[in-house]
Amino acid sequence: MYFAAEVLEKSSVLRQKWEDEVRRVIAKNPDQKPDHLWSTVSDLKIKRLYGPEDIKDMDFERDIGYPGQFPFLRGNQVTGYRGKYWTFRMFSGMGDAKTTNARWHLLLKEGQTGLSTAFDFPTLMGYDTDSPKARGECGKCGVAIDTLEDFLTLVDGIPLDRVTTSMTINPPATALWAMYCAAADLKGIPLTKIGGTIQNDMLKEFIAQKTLMCPPEPSVKLISDTVEFGTKYVPKWNTISISGYHIREAGSTAVQELAFTLRDGMEYVEDVIRRKGLDVDSFAPRLSFFFNSHIDFFEEIAKMRAARRIWAKAMRDRYKAKDPRSWWMRFHTQTAGCSLTAQQPYNNVIRTATEALAAVLGGTQSLHTNSLDEVLCLPSDHAVQIALRTQQIIAEETGVANTIDPLAGSYFVEALTNEMEEKAWEYIHKIDEMGGMIAAIEKGFPQLEIADAAYKFQRQIDAGEKIMIGVNKYVSEVQEPIPLVEIDDRVEIEQIERLNAVRRKRDNKAVKRCLEDLKNACKKGENVMPYCIEAVKNLASVQEICDVYREVYGEYRDPGLY
Amino acid sequence: MAERKLRVMVAKPGLDGHDRGARVLARCFRDAGFEVIYTGCHQTPEQIAAAAIQEDVDLVGLSCLSGAHRYLFPAVKKQLVERGADDIMVIGGGIIPDQDFQYLYDNGIKAIFTPGATLDSIVEWINNNVKPRE
Repeated sequence: MYFAAEVLEKSSVLRQKWEDEVRRVIAKNPDQKPDHLWSTVSDLKIKRLYGPEDIKDMDFERDIGYPGQFPFLRGNQVTGYRGKYWTFRMFSGMGDAKTTNARWHLLLKEGQTGLSTAFDFPTLMGYDTDSPKARGECGKCGVAIDTLEDFLTLVDGIPLDRVTTSMTINPPATALWAMYCAAADLKGIPLTKIGGTIQNDMLKEFIAQKTLMCPPEPSVKLISDTVEFGTKYVPKWNTISISGYHIREAGSTAVQELAFTLRDGMEYVEDVIRRKGLDVDSFAPRLSFFFNSHIDFFEEIAKMRAARRIWAKAMRDRYKAKDPRSWWMRFHTQTAGCSLTAQQPYNNVIRTATEALAAVLGGTQSLHTNSLDEVLCLPSDHAVQIALRTQQIIAEETGVANTIDPLAGSYFVEALTNEMEEKAWEYIHKIDEMGGMIAAIEKGFPQLEIADAAYKFQRQIDAGEKIMIGVNKYVSEVQEPIPLVEIDDRVEIEQIERLNAVRRKRDNKAVKRCLEDLKNACKKGENVMPYCIEAVKNLASVQEICDVYREVYGEYRDPGLY
Repeated sequence: MAERKLRVMVAKPGLDGHDRGARVLARCFRDAGFEVIYTGCHQTPEQIAAAAIQEDVDLVGLSCLSGAHRYLFPAVKKQLVERGADDIMVIGGGIIPDQDFQYLYDNGIKAIFTPGATLDSIVEWINNNVKPRE
């Protein structure tokens, strides 16, 4: 029991008195809106007040504890942010490799502490820039990478043994990670020294982001290959970033984001154990997570705190992990793109700052803050600087990093954390009953749950039940234009020229042989990573590698559920 | 005889996977009483035009958030025209900068809807501007 009996008794008396008073007041002065509209952005009902009775069933040791101790509600790091702030990691990529490399150097100069790569759509989908499917897309949403030559330009002057780099790449993750490994090798840096993350989370692609290539089963096999390769040869690399971000952006609730992401994580753990026979403690410490920080402040904090506790329980009790590091949930956070508005875009600075603060109070290890113009285009230098400064102000001016998990013990925050956890477990058990996440995806379960939530939210916005300032309230007649970054169509032409130049100069016989070897490895079920590294070193392109996967494993098409 | 229901195709051209808006609209159109065909993501302009003709739709609504709309939207219209289906109306939405509107109108896109447009306003526009094809 969390409180002594006399505290609860006293509270009950005082609470009664307070409730009587509330009834008296609202009889004369009604609330501004009805009860059911006092809810989170995810439509979770929130009470007017929380008190001891809302958390009376908690057990201090079992449910709260201390940082660095099970169940890690209060964080993984025993020193909190005093030893090190979260990593300031701005997601960036635009145009060609040279332009992105310049942005990276700018960000590092401005105090960014980790890199994060946004690739363009052809790269993300495993197509070369000159594929007919890639027309019009080159460099638009990120950087275009076709071969190792582009990659070497991308990381030019970046100390790969000192700066960690995250790469948001999914179906072609093996190819791009192989390029990173090859680049390190060419610079004389051993694989044991490089650190970073590949997103490499295909389950959430089927659920939400829709960067699709092969069917779920072989997609997960390729992911287990990277986990195995990383565990053996690249021990500082996070081989999966199990992502809720895109699930949330697709319109899920906070609980759905939490539940589907963690259940995805469990699916990967089970696959690596089953397929590779690895001991859970050999790879689990390198699993990392990625959450969205949306606009509803306390809901986000509760979500992140609950995530740590659920994962710790799952790893210890469900998968029998013994190493405390396997129980850690380490996560990156990005503020919510979908909370930003094209209308009155400068308001986005305030939204992002609030969301970033929630992420920090939730205990994130790494953070990207969106730029005010990201709802319209790729971020400008100026907008990205404001976004980075937002993190620096939170870290170094506001004092919120002084003490660990400052909201612990709040009746409301603890009660909301418990509620998020309970509701997440309900989903997790439901998916277990369906036979796991791949089976649930094949049934369309998470996709349709998210579609329901997204539709409901849009209807609530249209009805004015949920508010977006500048969109359905305080609308301005005059739109103040802001400068937009545009990617010139010449980028595509020049990128195709570069790709063709590589194709002319490389040893095409060697490329063909490497791709044959890769195909055989796929057919035999061998780990593809060594073959990918060999192929990219011989300047095989991203598409050439992915075409092998498409040929051997087949292509997956979006079933278009709505 | 009552007019037949409008047949509306919601389509995602190109490599963009941001399908939240497209799926919300597909559902909204269904609730509004239209017959809806949703293509799913990653359709080429050729595939969209062929499917629109095959399904005998009255309207194609394109959604693109990747910045490739200047190529993709006109390409869909062009494919429809080349296949003799220039009477199938094409509208679009997504992250479309104001300065691109005129270019898209000039290339046969009848209307553009961007974030902030309500579902009802889009349905109303369709009811006022699209008639079942003969």
